[in-house]
Amino acid sequence: MRASLLPLLAALTLALVASPALAATIELTIDKLVFSPASVEAKVGDTIEWTNKDVIAHTATVKGGWEVTIPPKSKGRITLKQAGAVDYFCRFHPNMKGHLEVSP
Amino acid sequence: MFIRPTAALAAFLLAGAAPYARAAEKPTDPQIAHIAYTAGTIDIEAAKLAIKKSRTKEVVDFAKDMERDHEAVNKQALDLVKKLKVTPEDNATSQALAKAAKEERAKLAKLKGAAFDKAYIENEVAYHKQVDSALETLLIPSASNTELKSLLETGLKIFQGHEQHAEHVAGALK
Ligand SMILES: [Cu+2]
Repeated sequence: MRASLLPLLAALTLALVASPALAATIELTIDKLVFSPASVEAKVGDTIEWTNKDVIAHTATVKGGWEVTIPPKSKGRITLKQAGAVDYFCRFHPNMKGHLEVSP
Repeated sequence: MFIRPTAALAAFLLAGAAPYARAAEKPTDPQIAHIAYTAGTIDIEAAKLAIKKSRTKEVVDFAKDMERDHEAVNKQALDLVKKLKVTPEDNATSQALAKAAKEERAKLAKLKGAAFDKAYIENEVAYHKQVDSALETLLIPSASNTELKSLLETGLKIFQGHEQHAEHVAGALK
């Protein structure tokens, strides 16, 4: 148990040290059920912020992963913790689709 | 399920979408507003019944999503007709839809448990399909006001989303 804590602590420390200097907020909009831009590139530690211009709530959902709820006429955000390419969609309106390319 | 409203919409569709349809068969903006609002209200009523009756989380959550979205869209429709000073006009299609939906709700009300869940969700798939098809082929092309047209176009995307959402829930119930 004790041994497994070390890499976790190391990762945490690294994240704390590494992210403030580089982190950016990437702004996306949702208008008439369209994520725009549909595809964005980001880095681990960046924040994705969606501004929902519609009168209905949406989500940004990664199957088997995270989910952000974005209320109508409001914002939702997530700080990216993992590198990789992810497809996301709106759980309420699965015809809405977006894509993130997250580099380390 | 919802066979009657489906038939009513289909009949309406056929009448209006025929290649040489007379101008009189095309719904007017006040009629379109009324039909769209009525279609929304029908789904809200069905959702309320499901929220009351179902014991399945996925089904209740879905119904709450339907209630919330359709209420928001209907509110926007009311705001728009007020702004445009249009009075929604009752018509045969709205009446047929409302009557058939009332009968369908009575049928659903008699079902319980898994049978209710299945019937409600299958209904939702079929109903949204029909409404989407009516919007796409008749209501949107017939709308003359650009703001009304744009609201219907956004509505279509929302309801296409609902159709897929309902299909996901139907798949999860199996
Ligand atoms: Cu959505």
